[in-house]
Amino acid sequence: MIWLWGSLALWAAATALNVALAGSGLARHRAVRLAIPALFGVTLLVLWEGVVRGLNVSPVILPPPSAIGARIAADLPLLWTDFVQTILKGALPGYVMGCGAAVLVAVLIDRSPFLQRGLLPVGNFVAALPVVGIAPILVMWFGFDWQSKAAVVVVMVFFPVLVNMVAGLAATDRMQRDLMATWSAGYWQALVKLRLPAALPFLFNGLKIATTLALIGAIVAEFFGSPTRGMGFRISTAVGQLALDLVWAEIAVAALAGSAFYGLVALIERGLTFWHPSQRARV
Amino acid sequence: MRFRTTSAVLPILTVLLAILALWYAGAVWMNAQWARDQAARAGVEISLSEIVRDTMSQERPVLPAPHQVAAEFGKTVFGTKVTSKRSLVWHGWVTLSATAVGFALGSAAGILLAIGIVHSRAMDLSVMPWAIASQTIPILAIAPMVIVVLSSMGVTGLLPKAIISAWLSFFPVVVGMVKGLRAPDAMQLDQLKTWGASRAQTFWKLRLPASMPYLFASLKVSVAASLVGAIVGELPAGATAGLGARLLSGSYYGQTVMIWAALLAAALLAAALVGLIAAIERVVLRRMGMAR
Repeated sequence: MIWLWGSLALWAAATALNVALAGSGLARHRAVRLAIPALFGVTLLVLWEGVVRGLNVSPVILPPPSAIGARIAADLPLLWTDFVQTILKGALPGYVMGCGAAVLVAVLIDRSPFLQRGLLPVGNFVAALPVVGIAPILVMWFGFDWQSKAAVVVVMVFFPVLVNMVAGLAATDRMQRDLMATWSAGYWQALVKLRLPAALPFLFNGLKIATTLALIGAIVAEFFGSPTRGMGFRISTAVGQLALDLVWAEIAVAALAGSAFYGLVALIERGLTFWHPSQRARV
Repeated sequence: MRFRTTSAVLPILTVLLAILALWYAGAVWMNAQWARDQAARAGVEISLSEIVRDTMSQERPVLPAPHQVAAEFGKTVFGTKVTSKRSLVWHGWVTLSATAVGFALGSAAGILLAIGIVHSRAMDLSVMPWAIASQTIPILAIAPMVIVVLSSMGVTGLLPKAIISAWLSFFPVVVGMVKGLRAPDAMQLDQLKTWGASRAQTFWKLRLPASMPYLFASLKVSVAASLVGAIVGELPAGATAGLGARLLSGSYYGQTVMIWAALLAAALLAAALVGLIAAIERVVLRRMGMAR
């Protein structure tokens, strides 16, 4: 019981500290702004550990964070092979191919207003569909290995990026385009110097959505068949063996990889669209 | 508005026809191998027109032709009793009920969290980064575990799936609702202050109405997400009902036509749900005097 009450007390103290910190003038400092969510995260972990130990929750239902940490440390090579299979081989190539194809198609569509009017509603519609459902079909077509996972990812990221990119290419206003015309810029010059840069904020919006979709696609596709490695495969088999600490270890890896992936795209965005108001406002 | 809708019909129809044509061409191209193999095994020559005819009506095609999918869809939706386990209506209903419960839970949680974030600075600073981080986890990875753990605790059926779809649908609502509740500018907030409005009055009379367009934009995203959650929630642990289970058993037995029919049902369901939210949005915004 001491675990439960101890962790609850710690949680209350940390929450009070957070409220005090957020309310005080200290919240203007960058370090404090980072410390508040970090403290919140740590208290969640402590509370989790305390509740599991204090209430004697069976590890088959919810393993404590310490057990998950131990499992991560013990099974590093296994986690690494799963990571390589699912993320480096499945999600990343699919992401690059799907986003690249979407950008190219968007530039092509952009030349035809007729296609734009027809394809955008259809694209918006497809982007809202449960596209994960095509996973079993693509696994049948491309086999069990990473190719089918990459194919699922390609299809999943294509339409969100396409819709955003087409909207982005339309984002320049008449005055700017006329200015390019008075400078007698050709189509390609106007595209490279004016319209592509103007489309970047929209494009990155799509790219950021696509990072999570890519991970989801690669992992879910493994439920429909995979070689004996990969995060989705490991999760579904470990659940069957009630090895919940391994499942949580995979989830932790997935969360880290997902955050890193998203962070990387956001970092590139900040470097490329430093001129945009949404980026300037943050500094 | 009317002008824009009519001028969009022709391009959309063109695109849809192009997709259909590509689909038929793909069906011929991908199924031709099987037709040729069959002919070679039987030791007969096969002409091109025979190949095309064969690819349109195979039992287990690599890519079923659109009319095969339509026929299977029609058979399992209209030709089967609704209570039968072969009826897509029944499977769709199972998925839809989980989606509806999950969507209601998720959007309610999202709205409450957004209200907390807007009103408490501590919550804004401590919870918001984690809400964002929670979405970079492919949360569907947890789906099989949630199902198995809850079933080991004796909770089965609708609720586990609803929890997964709630988890997927709450985040878009939080983000949109926070943005919407913060949409009133400083001038409007100052005005309410000069009128001596309390925090609650500011919330009910200014912030909440101002957030409605943002809320509905998010709800459209999150209802589609909760359908995905419900379908994925049906994949593990050998679920026997629902569109996800239909996909899985189709994939086990190589029944491609069945998979495609289930996909079509899921697509129609998603479209109907998004359309429903859009209709509610139009009515609500018009009655609040915010119709665009």
